[in-house]
Amino acid sequence: MEFEDYYEVMGVKRDATQDEIKRAYRKLARKYHPDVSKEADAEEKFKRLGEAYEVLKDPEKRAAYDQLGKNWKAGQDFNPPPDWDAGFEFSGGGFTGGGGDSQAYSDFFESLFGQRSGGFTGAGASQRGFHMRGQDHHAKVLIDLEDAYQGATRNITLQVPEVDPSGHVITKQRTLKVRIPKGVKQGQQIRLAGQGAPGMGQGGSGDLYLEIEFKPHPFYRVEGRDVYLELPVAPWEAALGGKVKVPTPAGVLDLRIPPDSGSGKKMRLKGKGIPGRQPGDFYVQLKIVLPPAASDKAKVLYEKMKQELPFNPRAALGV
Amino acid sequence: MSDEILNGVLLDDDCMLTLAELSRACAMHAEWVMELVDEGILEPRGTGIARWQFSAPELHRARTVLHLQRDLGVNLSGAALALELLDEIQDLRQQLHRFKSRC
Repeated sequence: MEFEDYYEVMGVKRDATQDEIKRAYRKLARKYHPDVSKEADAEEKFKRLGEAYEVLKDPEKRAAYDQLGKNWKAGQDFNPPPDWDAGFEFSGGGFTGGGGDSQAYSDFFESLFGQRSGGFTGAGASQRGFHMRGQDHHAKVLIDLEDAYQGATRNITLQVPEVDPSGHVITKQRTLKVRIPKGVKQGQQIRLAGQGAPGMGQGGSGDLYLEIEFKPHPFYRVEGRDVYLELPVAPWEAALGGKVKVPTPAGVLDLRIPPDSGSGKKMRLKGKGIPGRQPGDFYVQLKIVLPPAASDKAKVLYEKMKQELPFNPRAALGV
Repeated sequence: MSDEILNGVLLDDDCMLTLAELSRACAMHAEWVMELVDEGILEPRGTGIARWQFSAPELHRARTVLHLQRDLGVNLSGAALALELLDEIQDLRQQLHRFKSRC
């Protein structure tokens, strides 16, 4: 297990006041909040921040953490010394994270402060004839654009909190195989009935909501169901017209380019976007690419064009 | 892990959620959802609370508000403002992207 430097995570000095810690948390929480931030690893950073704050905002936990010593560096191999927490009182529970989303703390955190305590234990509740539907869970699933065209099956691993026989909450991993239907859009959700948290007593299980997110693609861009591609063409292809090959997520297509097409010309392949009752369109934007004048032969040809083609590309600018 | 492949329901453009479904999916009381409607964050179709219908993107909005409230201590009107600004930023990002690919 690696040592976590909570002060470093929060960017505060070891002697920071509680107010400074609170201010640092608020500021960083706004910066890395997964709903607000565009940083690539915002979710991970937000989680670590929450964990650091959980410890440092509580004077008792902070004091216990501090007495581990100042010599630890983040990432160092770490095991808590025996009885390290003697004389401190923080018997689990009271974590602010709370709420519907079950997020696990790091092993480091749990080895020091124990696990998040549950709301109530299943056994006691059901004895009193208590029934409650399980919570709905939410997760994101990353797919390729191609999966939206063809449909796919994805394995999804979830962290599920469960109550063990002694009443403690433990986090278990659960893997599901889920069919991603053809025609999904970015941000759409799939509801899996009964795959959320188990209920209490005779209350049914909650549902699982999966939010679809496309992996960024090296050359396609997606907007709703429409897909965009910038297609490189040779000057003679654009000038003389002709058939060129176009990659699409559904396979390679032939595209006829009209003669005298300029750079930036847009063409639409109707219905070749993401499929659906109203399928999207596939937009191609031409980008003229010049062959490099690296060889003598190429230089001769450019030279010939210069001499034989009367052409001023800046005519419209009046020079 | 079982080999069973699960088929879910795709919440597409014409899939609507009731007040009960939306509240449950946010693990919040119906009263909280009603506050979001009062604030203009959610605009359900249907007259009368019992007939309210919410779209799938509205579930996403409601959950974003929930996270902003819970994690950042933002109040409801602050969350509504943040949502509008986030929408605007997303629009601008797309426009920028379009503009960039044109140059």
